[in-house]
Amino acid sequence: MTERGKILLLHGGVLLALFAAQYLLPAYHANNLARIMVLAVYAMGYNIAFGYTGLLSLGHALFFAMGMYGAGMAVWLVEWTALPAIAMGLAAGAVAAGAVGLLALRTAGVSFMIVTLMFAQAGYLLILYFARYTGGDEGFVVEAFGRRPFGLDLVQDGPRYAAAFCLFAVALAGNLALVRSRFGRVMLAMRENEARSRMLGYNPFRVKLLALVISGLYAGAAGAFYAMLFGYVGASFAMVQYSILPLLYTLLGGAGVVLGPLLGAGLMFYLIDIASGLTSAYLMVVGAVLVVLVLFAPKGLLGALRERGLKWLP
Amino acid sequence: MAALSETPLLEARGLTHAFGGLRAVDGVDLSLKRGEIHALIGPNGAGKTTLVSLLSGRLPLQGGLLRLEGEDISALPAEGRVRRGIAYTFQITSIFPRLPVFDNVALAAQSRGARDLPAAVAEALDRVGLADLTAQEAGSLSYGHQRLLELAMGLALHPKLLILDEPTQGLAAGEIARFTELVRSLVPGITVLLIEHNMEVVMALADCISVLNFGRLIAQGSPEQIRADAGVQAAYLGGEDAAG
Amino acid sequence: MPILCNQMAFGPFLLLALLEGTVTAAVLALTALGLSLVFGVMRVVNVAHGAFFMLGAVLAWFVASHVPGAPALGFVAALVLAPLAVAALAAVADRLVLKRIGYDPEATIVATIGLLYIFEQAALSLFGPDARPVPAPFTWRIQFPWFGYSGYKLFVVAAALVVLAAVWLMLTRSRAGLIMRATQVDRQTARAFGINVDLVYTGTFALGAALAALGAVLVVPIQQAHYLMGGDPLLLSFIVVIIGGLGSLRGTLVAALVIGLGDGIISMFFTPTLAKIIATLAVALVLVFRPQGLFGARA
Repeated sequence: MTERGKILLLHGGVLLALFAAQYLLPAYHANNLARIMVLAVYAMGYNIAFGYTGLLSLGHALFFAMGMYGAGMAVWLVEWTALPAIAMGLAAGAVAAGAVGLLALRTAGVSFMIVTLMFAQAGYLLILYFARYTGGDEGFVVEAFGRRPFGLDLVQDGPRYAAAFCLFAVALAGNLALVRSRFGRVMLAMRENEARSRMLGYNPFRVKLLALVISGLYAGAAGAFYAMLFGYVGASFAMVQYSILPLLYTLLGGAGVVLGPLLGAGLMFYLIDIASGLTSAYLMVVGAVLVVLVLFAPKGLLGALRERGLKWLP
Repeated sequence: MAALSETPLLEARGLTHAFGGLRAVDGVDLSLKRGEIHALIGPNGAGKTTLVSLLSGRLPLQGGLLRLEGEDISALPAEGRVRRGIAYTFQITSIFPRLPVFDNVALAAQSRGARDLPAAVAEALDRVGLADLTAQEAGSLSYGHQRLLELAMGLALHPKLLILDEPTQGLAAGEIARFTELVRSLVPGITVLLIEHNMEVVMALADCISVLNFGRLIAQGSPEQIRADAGVQAAYLGGEDAAG
Repeated sequence: MPILCNQMAFGPFLLLALLEGTVTAAVLALTALGLSLVFGVMRVVNVAHGAFFMLGAVLAWFVASHVPGAPALGFVAALVLAPLAVAALAAVADRLVLKRIGYDPEATIVATIGLLYIFEQAALSLFGPDARPVPAPFTWRIQFPWFGYSGYKLFVVAAALVVLAAVWLMLTRSRAGLIMRATQVDRQTARAFGINVDLVYTGTFALGAALAALGAVLVVPIQQAHYLMGGDPLLLSFIVVIIGGLGSLRGTLVAALVIGLGDGIISMFFTPTLAKIIATLAVALVLVFRPQGLFGARA
């Protein structure tokens, strides 16, 4: 079979399985899976920046929160309906990534990590500071009238799963197309050897900025859908922990592999779900997984698989 | 020089760059004719690498003027000069080691907007004789093959000017002979600026030689003229092993 | 924060702000010096630094509450034992984790984030979610004409100065300091000269953690121990180290003074949230536009 055929078969199969899951799984797990798919889209966006372009950001919570607040506040403050609110969330995520990128991409490596962390922290504090418009610490509930795209009531389990699936399917297709495109190849070139890329005629700043904006668009989309599907917008989603989560998912599943974030998000979600049933110290699990990954599996699960034979994995 | 009336491909006037107080390149004039192989030689520390970095845009000009086909490119950044047709191959092999050979060359080809990437990649790899290694990871190639890949990446840019920085360094004798043939086959379609230590290669290939010492151009001419130049012998050929 | 009378005039008000700022600066200088040493010598950013601070405070409470007799006795025991315990923990973390990832800068950040979570949760599980007070070793107050001020807080400043001077002397005059500085300049050459770089790294990491813990022990009689208390010291230390210039000790000390005093004064006039917003944005912008820091161009 051709490489292209294998890729289509694998990713099509994953989508088919996810589609079938809503009819096969009990409601509790189906709801979990809907959440996992939205978080996976967030992590896919993170993977575009980190896994493919080599930009290790610690500030993606800002882009996720911008998507979430962009969509949520459009409903809460100006009573927009779901579709324009979601569009607002997407735009907010991308614009925030562009603005942060314009400044942060003047630095690299550790400085880039700290700068993105600081911008995200400032964003979180701004949400607290402007509590009158954002709901501050307590956040706010997205009312039902703003959660009915195309007449689908996202408060119900069925439509909620369908919406999460649609988002995930589009994001996955987009991600595959991106990394197999010419621009995807240039992103990899930036990660592998920036100096050489420049001497092949590419402007590293522009390439990285565009990759970061696409990444922010994904994070914004995930944030907007999160608000729509689960009906709550809160400052905790803008905290550092929410910048660490997509990094964790991506590292676990495999950085620079399209399906890595989904696998990482799914495993981590259930790991925490099970651990929090046993102990309140679920953050301990997160910490331990981070340390173990960095020590023993820096390429992640699918990354290791790709090194051991599945070289075609995009 | 016969073709004074023709605009040179690349024209440099008074190029200057200093690191701290040290003038690594000090008012160098250089003019490259279309289709020639022009060699740049000089003892270690003469400023060759700095000069080439100024031409390729890896270092900013502190003084002087640079024209490509009559157009001022002094202020263009490196990537802009590449897009105008100045390709540079690194002295120390610089490829994308974890990407397949195909992608390494494709990155160059797509940078100039090649429509049919597989064809463009095949063309460049054919020319250097690596056509059957497209799927291999670039980092797993032998050193000699990596140098050839580097050259293929330069060729895939379809440059007007190809700057080869010490291309034969670290190659075995047989590989050097092949490399020399390859470079000769590039002209007159491409103009080549060759920075090279190996005087045999220089004498065999160059139409014109410029000699740099202490950041200044001390001589310029045909291989015969340079061989006969007393100043060059004093500064350079007499100073160290000429074949080294 | 002491209770302010509405009637207090501006002069005494400013004096109080300066005093509070000096205390903040003293503790901050200790904590940030630890972070700066680790960054300077090992070229890694330790995100778990705030967790070491927190562990120092929590352990101080644990030790003090288990030593019978006068509060001063418990405090002195904590002052010795807590930094030692934290240093030992840091040394273990260095050997088990950081050394094995080769001190790769980015992997180290990810790994120390993991350690941060582990330490915080361990403190929560072992010592509970409550804020724990530690009694000050002595309670006399200095009476100014306008207000009384805790003598212990002034002791904190003095103690911090003594420790800073000791570390300074150690770095500039002792053989250990020479070895650390040599390693900082070039680890390959240091290795070639027979310096045990692994040992230097472990020692530096432990010393950095101990300094954070020491700062925390000094602070617990003023500000109770709590498993989430590491966030602010981490952020402020970051700010100090970055504004002072990454890896520059002199810059770190100057910046600690400026930030500490500034924090004391700003938080009297602005809301804490606004002050933090300004501070975080300042760090980001300094890194973008003046990566060598505002003070001290070199280490």
